[in-house]
Amino acid sequence: MIEAIDIIKIFKLGETKVHALRKVSVKIDDGEMVAIVGPSGSGKSTLMSILGCLDVPTRGTYLIDGQQLDNLSSKQLAVIRRKKVGFVFQKFNLLSRTSALENVALPLYYSGANGKDRQKKAQEALEMVGLSHRIKSHPNQMSGGEQQRVAIARALINNPSIILADEPTGNLDSHTGEEIVGIFQRLNREKGQTVVYVTHDPFIARHTNRIIHLVDGKIINDMPVENPLDAGTPRPDDVLNSLWSPEESEVL
Amino acid sequence: MSAFMNFRIALRAISANKLRSGLTVLGIIIGVAAVVALMSVGQGATSGITSQVEGLGTNLITVSGARTFMPMRGGQSYSLMYKDYEAILEVIGEKARIAPYYQGNANVIYGEREADTSVTGVLSIYQDVNEYEIASGRFISDLDNLEAAKVAVLGATTAEDLFAGLNPLGRNIKVDGKDYSVIGILSEKGSSGFTSQDEMVLVPLETAYTRIFGGQAKSGGAYTISGMAISVINADDVDSIMSEIEYILRREHGLTLTDDMVFTISSQTQMLESLSDISGTLTVMLGAIAGISLLVGGIGIMNITLVSVRERTREIGLRKAVGATRGIILVQFLIETLTLSIFGGLLGVLIGGGIAGFVSSTGVLTASVTFDTIFISFLMAVLVGIIFGLYPAFQAAGLQPIEALRYE
Repeated sequence: MIEAIDIIKIFKLGETKVHALRKVSVKIDDGEMVAIVGPSGSGKSTLMSILGCLDVPTRGTYLIDGQQLDNLSSKQLAVIRRKKVGFVFQKFNLLSRTSALENVALPLYYSGANGKDRQKKAQEALEMVGLSHRIKSHPNQMSGGEQQRVAIARALINNPSIILADEPTGNLDSHTGEEIVGIFQRLNREKGQTVVYVTHDPFIARHTNRIIHLVDGKIINDMPVENPLDAGTPRPDDVLNSLWSPEESEVL
Repeated sequence: MSAFMNFRIALRAISANKLRSGLTVLGIIIGVAAVVALMSVGQGATSGITSQVEGLGTNLITVSGARTFMPMRGGQSYSLMYKDYEAILEVIGEKARIAPYYQGNANVIYGEREADTSVTGVLSIYQDVNEYEIASGRFISDLDNLEAAKVAVLGATTAEDLFAGLNPLGRNIKVDGKDYSVIGILSEKGSSGFTSQDEMVLVPLETAYTRIFGGQAKSGGAYTISGMAISVINADDVDSIMSEIEYILRREHGLTLTDDMVFTISSQTQMLESLSDISGTLTVMLGAIAGISLLVGGIGIMNITLVSVRERTREIGLRKAVGATRGIILVQFLIETLTLSIFGGLLGVLIGGGIAGFVSSTGVLTASVTFDTIFISFLMAVLVGIIFGLYPAFQAAGLQPIEALRYE
C-alpha cells in the first residue's frame, strides 16, 4: 500500500519556480491497478518519480507499506527502490550488450543474491512475461514489445510492493502496447500485483480499475473504472476501420 | 554486490569499446614502460660504476695535496711533501702499503706520435697498491729508483697510441727530449668512471724528481708529492689509519685542530658513497621525467572516463532506479579505471623490462630491472588509476536518478 499526503513539488529553473505538483494526495491499496492520465506537463511523471522514490517531494508525506519516507538519505532511498518498487520505462532502458537474463537479474546484483538464485529468479520472471525462449538474446536482437517484456520481468524480480510504469506503451505500436497491458493485467489479476502506469492513451487507461486524472499538478478526477476492458478487446477505431475495410465495402 | 561482479561489469564496459579502451591503456603502458626502462638504465649505470670502483679495492685510501693555492703561513708549506710520506710510513708502515707519486706534465713522443697524458713518478710498491697487472715486460723496480734509471712503464692505451701495434718493449720514447727505454706495459684496466686508468706513463720517482721535473717538484727546497695511494691490509683499520694520517699531516704542517684541513684524505668507501649518491639522484630524475608521461596517461584515463560517464548517463540512472547506491556506482567506475591502469601497468612493466633488456643487449648501457622498480612503477600506475578515476566516478555517483533517466 502506498499513500501520498499533500505532496508539493517545486522545481527551480533558474529564477522561475515551476509548481509541478500542488498538494496531491493519493492512496493506492495493494492489488489495485491504476492509470494516471493527463496532458503533458500535468505532473504525472513527477508524481511517478516521487511514488517510486526516485525523487523527493518539496513538501508532504509519503508512505510505502506504512513506512514514512521523509528525510531518508539517498542510500536509504536506493534500498527502498531495490526492495519495494519495480520500474518500467517508456524507452525500456535495458543495458545493451547484455543478455535478457542478465538484464532481468540486474536488481538482484544490488540486493546481494547469489549467482544460482539470480539465474533461477530471472528465468522465472522471464517465463512470467512469456520470454523463456529469449533468455540469451541481447536487446538489439529483440523487438520493442519483447524488450518491454524484459523490462517488466526486471521490475518483477524483487517481488516489489508496486510496479510503476511511465508510458510503458508510448514507444510501441498499438497492437504491441495492448500485449504489454495484457501482461500487466494478468500480473494484477493472477498475482495480485499492484500496478500503476502513466499513459495519455484513454484506451490503454480503460484497462485498469481506477483512473487518476491530473491537470496542472492537481488531481481533478479520481474514479474507479466500472467495466475495465480486458486485454485483447479491439480498439474502437479498429472496429471502425474494419467496418470500412475494402472487403466489407464490397459486400455492402 | 561482490567485488567480482563489479569487476565483471567493468570488464564489459571496457570491452564494449575496445579501440577507445586500448588507446587509454596505451597512455599508461607508455608511461609505465618509460619509468621501468629509464629507472633500470639508471640503476644499471649506478651498479656499473660502483662495481668498477669496488674493483679498485675497498681498502684504498687516497691522500692528495691542497686543490687550491694556499699561501705559506709561518714558513709552513701546504704542499704534500715527500717527508710527509716518510713520516706516515714510519707510523702506519706495518698496517698498510703506501705508494707516493709525483705527477707532472711532460712531452712524451715516439717518432711522430705524441702521448696525450701526464708523466707519473712512482715507487715499485705503486703496482701492488693499485693492483696493476703487467701485460708484458716488468714494472719499475727499487733498483730503477735508486739509479734514477731512464725507464718507463706505459698504460695499455698509451702504448697503443704511441706504438700503434709495434712491440714497445726495449724501444725508446722521448720524455722532454730525452730517451727512456720502455720496460713494461700494463694490462687494460678500464675506466673508473671519470678517468681512464689505461692512459699513463710511469717512471721511477727518483727519475721524475732529478731528471724530468727538477725544481718544479720542489717546495721550500724539498721534494713534494702529488699524493699517496694507501692500501690498508686489514679493512677494519681504514678509519683509524685515516685519522692517524690526518694527525700526522696536521703536525707536520703546523695545522691546529681548528684550522681547515688543506689535504684531502678519502677512502674508497667514501668515494663509492658519493658516486652512488650522484647516480642515484640521476636515476630518480630519470624516473620523475618518465613519471610525467604516466601523469599524461592518467589524464587520458580521466578524459575517457568522463566521456564514458556522459555516454552512460541513462545506464547510471537505471542502475540507481533498480537500487544501486551512490557508493556502488562510485566503486563501479573506480574499478573500471583501476582495471585499465592495472592492465596498462602490467603491460608497461613487460614492455619496459623488454626495452631494458634490449638496451643491455646492445652493450651500450647496462640496465638492471629490479623488483623495486617494477613495484614502484606498477604502484604509480594503480595510483594514477585511482586518482584520475575518482573525479569521473564521483560525477557518475552524484547523478540524480530521475535526471539521468531522462538524459538524451
